[in-house]
Amino acid sequence: MANPGGGTVCNGNLHKSQKQSNGSRSGNCTKNGIVKEAQQNGKTHIYEKHIVESFEEAPLHVMVFTYMGYGIGTLFGYLRDFMRNWGIEKCNAAIEREEQKDFVPLYQDFENFYKRNLYIRIRDNWNRPICSAPGPWFDVVERVSDDYNWTFRFTGRIIKDVINMGSYNYLGLAARYDDSMRTVKDVLEAYGLGVASTMCEMGTLDKHKELEDLVAKFLNVEAAMVFGMGFATNSMNIPALVGKGCLILSDELNHTSLVLGARLSGATIRIFKHNNAQSLEKLLRDAVIYGQPRTRRAWKKILILVEGIYSMEGSIVHLPQIIALKKKYKAYLYVDEAHSIGALGPTGRGVTEFFGIDPGEVDVLMGTFTKSFGASGGYLAGRKDLVDYLRVHSHSAVYGTSMSPPIAEQIIRSMKFLMGLDGTTQGLQRVRQLAKNTRYFRQRLQKMGFIIYGNESSPVVPVLLYMPSKVAAFARHMLQKKIGVVVVGFPATPLAEARARFCISAAHTREMLDTVLEAIDEMGDLLHLKYSRHMKSARPELYDETSFELED
Amino acid sequence: MATTAEQWVLVEMVQALYEAPAYHLILEGILILWIVRLLFSKTYKLQERSDLTVKEKEELIEEWQPEPLVPPVPKDHPALNYNIVSGPPSHNIVVNGKECVNFASFNFLGLLDNPRVKAAALASLKKYGVGTCGPRGFYGTFDVHLDLEDRLAKFMKTEEAIIYSYGFATIASAIPAYSKRGDIVFADKAACFAIQKGLQASRSDIKLFKHNDMADLERLLKEQEIEDQKNPRKARVTRRFIVVEGLYMNTGTICPLPELVKLKYKYKARIFLEESLSFGVLGEHGRGVTEHYGISIDDIDLISANMENSLASIGGFCCGRSFVIDHQRLSGQGYCFSASLPPLLAAAAIEALNIMEENPGIFAVLKEKCKQIHKALQGISGLKVVGESFSPAFHLQLEDSTGSREQDVKLLQEIVDQCMNRNIALTQARYLEKEEKCLPPPSIRVVVTVEQTEEELERAASTIKEVTQAVLL
Repeated sequence: MANPGGGTVCNGNLHKSQKQSNGSRSGNCTKNGIVKEAQQNGKTHIYEKHIVESFEEAPLHVMVFTYMGYGIGTLFGYLRDFMRNWGIEKCNAAIEREEQKDFVPLYQDFENFYKRNLYIRIRDNWNRPICSAPGPWFDVVERVSDDYNWTFRFTGRIIKDVINMGSYNYLGLAARYDDSMRTVKDVLEAYGLGVASTMCEMGTLDKHKELEDLVAKFLNVEAAMVFGMGFATNSMNIPALVGKGCLILSDELNHTSLVLGARLSGATIRIFKHNNAQSLEKLLRDAVIYGQPRTRRAWKKILILVEGIYSMEGSIVHLPQIIALKKKYKAYLYVDEAHSIGALGPTGRGVTEFFGIDPGEVDVLMGTFTKSFGASGGYLAGRKDLVDYLRVHSHSAVYGTSMSPPIAEQIIRSMKFLMGLDGTTQGLQRVRQLAKNTRYFRQRLQKMGFIIYGNESSPVVPVLLYMPSKVAAFARHMLQKKIGVVVVGFPATPLAEARARFCISAAHTREMLDTVLEAIDEMGDLLHLKYSRHMKSARPELYDETSFELED
Repeated sequence: MATTAEQWVLVEMVQALYEAPAYHLILEGILILWIVRLLFSKTYKLQERSDLTVKEKEELIEEWQPEPLVPPVPKDHPALNYNIVSGPPSHNIVVNGKECVNFASFNFLGLLDNPRVKAAALASLKKYGVGTCGPRGFYGTFDVHLDLEDRLAKFMKTEEAIIYSYGFATIASAIPAYSKRGDIVFADKAACFAIQKGLQASRSDIKLFKHNDMADLERLLKEQEIEDQKNPRKARVTRRFIVVEGLYMNTGTICPLPELVKLKYKYKARIFLEESLSFGVLGEHGRGVTEHYGISIDDIDLISANMENSLASIGGFCCGRSFVIDHQRLSGQGYCFSASLPPLLAAAAIEALNIMEENPGIFAVLKEKCKQIHKALQGISGLKVVGESFSPAFHLQLEDSTGSREQDVKLLQEIVDQCMNRNIALTQARYLEKEEKCLPPPSIRVVVTVEQTEEELERAASTIKEVTQAVLL
């Protein structure tokens, strides 16, 4: 039995990650677990691609302190809840109106415990309002709190030119208006903003048609369909594809929209370990062999749901293995390229191009326009019969308002730019610049001794902070240094794995990245964040291969 | 006698044993052992091990043929031959190359191509570009979003408002943010698809009452009350919600809000109100059903509406008391996990609100126009008008169904097509027939906007009348 998962799962298993060297390498042309090195193979095989991914485990003492931090926070939470209940401390939370006090409480008490006692204390680090385009620099509206983050007051001042390390602006296409956006302005003036109807009724404009054709061409597939919201593209279309008697195999770290879509479909859902082909294969084998539980009927169809780049881990889906499995077990594959489209592959065609795989091998290609394209909405693409079917059965096409015309034009313009249809190679240069920036940033961080997660080619760079207090300290200090970073904690990540997440953009210059790296380095010393026990990169030879100047 | 005879037999047997040849004894011994084994072993055996061999497993894997990912769709399916609009979908619309007056888009207040709205959006485009590149939590909150939330809350006279980047996702995310497994939701049977999906996502116990039938709702509430008395411990933690629409998308009817509010306090259930059609339409200032009935907005726990109809932008919002609304900022899935609304769309919505506030007379004009066409469409033989006379979106259904839905749809499509040929753009109300909880009968949806002139309304009504007579007779 071929085991395509054989040697390739690096440290893919997140929660049980053993002590491993960061940067364990693996080739993909595996059969029966034999890993072949790409270079040894002479001729290039389409599936040959190094997957260099790392999920280094934290030292024990860090985990102990992290849990202790949560423990102390929880204890104080209980104490303060007790004081609030007895009126010793003033309760700032909004309360139910008098007339409805005898109703069943809208929230269970424990539901909001975490929010009330832990999140509120550090919530100034989220929802920070900005007042400029989310380009490489942005302006943050200054706000202060007089009551320990229960309410905020705007000071009227603006923190100008903060380096933006948080927005998903991979190709730098989200920027303030310039001449390249002239067509967007024209469309806005000609069409207005709304559509006020659904695609099935009176909401398919010629602009949508143009966009759909362009998306299909860009992705090199037969047909594509676009929707007004990225989240809804998943949640409102998966139910059209599978239903009762079907099986969904979903990666444990899939985005909420995929999870919601899967739930709404009524299909049975089984979860496989993050990016773990063995776990997936076991589920597939069992599903095909044993059929549905209780009735023992064979499954009608099996759909595998994965993402291109996982936004919280920075890992890239192990697509070649998954395609091999999908073919072997005749399952269907749905790849959500929300973060990878535009950001991966030599010309930005996403994760299929990154691995050199024909996009036709993926049954359903999904992606969003929110990130690389600096717009909003999402698409589904694939064979023509798939798209035809969706036109008839998609919840979004029948009940959702279609995309705003100027938004569609922004996507058209960005896509043409990326495809070189504007007559320049600037789009291509952006993709290259992004790859360059990504490698540079990741390697520098690794050298400094931070624990960073994910694939070396992924522009999403999570730096592990672990302790909730350090999360707040890190984000606040970075803002003081005029760097806007995103920090994430529970429930978006496992409880003990709070992290800062940097999103690299092609619009970041080397100087900006150096400023940021310097600041992180300083913070790392101040807050003792350099947890990694592999101070040196595991792949020094990489520098020679790629000739990136690391110190300049 | 008997004993001697038996003894004799026994002796003889022993003698025979001595005399018998060894092979015979061995053979018989084996036979006896065999019988013993047969006696003590199970009479029959299931297959000893049910485990499949590797080979069998491989065969099963080889054998399994899944259904195709998507079944083929007939090429002539109406949804594949959809209308294509060239240019803006505003008052005058070019559908499939034909210039028509638009009676299909929900552009009630005609703000879709309003120059002021466009100018505001353009100013926003110049400052912010197009996309937000992030969810609200991660630098996707722009000052425009905060302004819009503030303005919506003020307009609706509520404490707080929250905006979503897609109309459908608004109520579909809001319901599961509050109602969880084990809670009970009383919902109207005619509720729109977004509500249905919200209910499904909440995994609560759903009780459907007959459309606008308050007696039926009270019956269900009473049943639940009796149930609660049996199990008071469970009842203390079971939240109850009533989910209704202001003007129903699927029927064009209005909900009896005063009765609902009475029932709310009587049975202690919270009301969630979906106002996508009634916001910016009903009431003196366009605040919706609450204003229409003169009910205090505080009596409604949550109001949601989209900004895609009256406001002619994209997105949706929820408003109500802070105690209720703020919860969605961490629990509304479509809010937390989706990129925020592009600032130019938020700016457009703000400008549309400005226009609404400056011209409160616009709502009375819309009401008059609704009444006019509603009246003009009465008495068409074969078609009946379904919906309130003041509803800007109502339905034309066949008076006598042919008996098959497919045939009905074809007839109505014929009417729509011929109207289109005579420059009146209409559309059938489209549904996913297999997905709807209670599928409404096929219908043509007529949408009234303030931009339609009296003559156009008259012409539309007479065109529909003539075409219907030609098609149905």
